[in-house]
Amino acid sequence: MTDHFIEDKTTKVNVNLDNIGERVDFNDLKSGGFIKQRQKDLFAVRLRCPGGRMETKKLVEISKIADKYSKKGVVHFSFRQSLEILYVDYKEFRNIVAELEKIGQKVASCGPRVRVPTACGGCEYNPNGLTDTQGMAGMVDQKFFGTPTPHKFKTSFSGCPIDCARTKEMDFGFQGIVEPVWEDPLCTGCTICSEACKEDAIVSDPDTGKPIFDPKKCIFCGDCIRACPTEAWKPKRYGHIVRIGGKHGRHPMEALEVCTFLPDDKVAEAIEKTVEWYNANGKRGERIGNTIKRVGVQKYLDFMEPVFKHGSPVNYLAPGV
Amino acid sequence: MTEIKSNAQLDLRGVMCPINFVKTKLKLETLEAGEVLELVLDSGEPIQNVPKSIKEEGHKILEVKKEGDHFRLKVQKG
Repeated sequence: MTDHFIEDKTTKVNVNLDNIGERVDFNDLKSGGFIKQRQKDLFAVRLRCPGGRMETKKLVEISKIADKYSKKGVVHFSFRQSLEILYVDYKEFRNIVAELEKIGQKVASCGPRVRVPTACGGCEYNPNGLTDTQGMAGMVDQKFFGTPTPHKFKTSFSGCPIDCARTKEMDFGFQGIVEPVWEDPLCTGCTICSEACKEDAIVSDPDTGKPIFDPKKCIFCGDCIRACPTEAWKPKRYGHIVRIGGKHGRHPMEALEVCTFLPDDKVAEAIEKTVEWYNANGKRGERIGNTIKRVGVQKYLDFMEPVFKHGSPVNYLAPGV
Repeated sequence: MTEIKSNAQLDLRGVMCPINFVKTKLKLETLEAGEVLELVLDSGEPIQNVPKSIKEEGHKILEVKKEGDHFRLKVQKG
């Protein structure tokens, strides 16, 4: 049996598994996750860790398995937050997968398909976090993991405009935002909001101390809301800035913003429809950013209108004050 | 407006983040719920960060006064 899902980074030679003796069940591994190393017969086994989060008990078990199967006793934390067990002999694939399966750990993906989503800590415990990035990453992993696409399709979730999960470099990225509103009667003119705003979108009136808001400068980070002692600044709504067509690699591209304030419950639909558009329009081996360049962003936006209408346009300005 | 009486004072001018917040937290721990701590914070990073953290820990900022390049806050323990 020759499995074409094994990604060979050095040469494009497929690995013949006929001589292993036992049949390897690659139905469970259909999305790959085995990366050829320089060393003969040895592979890195990439685990599926959406958002880079893992229960400590599982981590202990994985470490035992890694210790058993890694010929060098090493793992690598991948750039997309997944743990890779290095120096695994391909003859052991069946065994390592079975042992990982027993503790509920799946192997990740390689090649032209929807990859495991990455995410920052999000609103669960990060004080800056505005969206549940971990919940989102888990949901996307459940729904879309391994879906075939013309080329790799990387998604990520950042909980705030600091954008630690680098949504600007993703094929499809979601970054949390919050729309601030201000209520005059609650404001004491303390001027903390103008100090807290790092974008100079708020200056304080020299006489009253009350905020003068420039919506063009606001990036929806929510610092004013968190800093305000009297709840005069409040969150009106939360959502995601949606970015498409970013990549890094040899020829990096910055993603385009295509929607703001997309609500949580429309994220899955946005991904589903975007993958559909990409599969219909993308050429084999072409990242979605290049497909959009070639076909035109307007065609994509027209197709996405039924989803993106639930958010706001990219040039949306908060009324604020 | 009547003056809010404070039960303790802490001058955090020149104290960097996050040490200023840690000192605030320790001082608040010595107070009873409802008592008031008076804080002096530098503008810039300290005033951007410390009030947010105070709120997040469930205390109430009763008053903020700007005095030149620093701020005087009254914080009620939650």
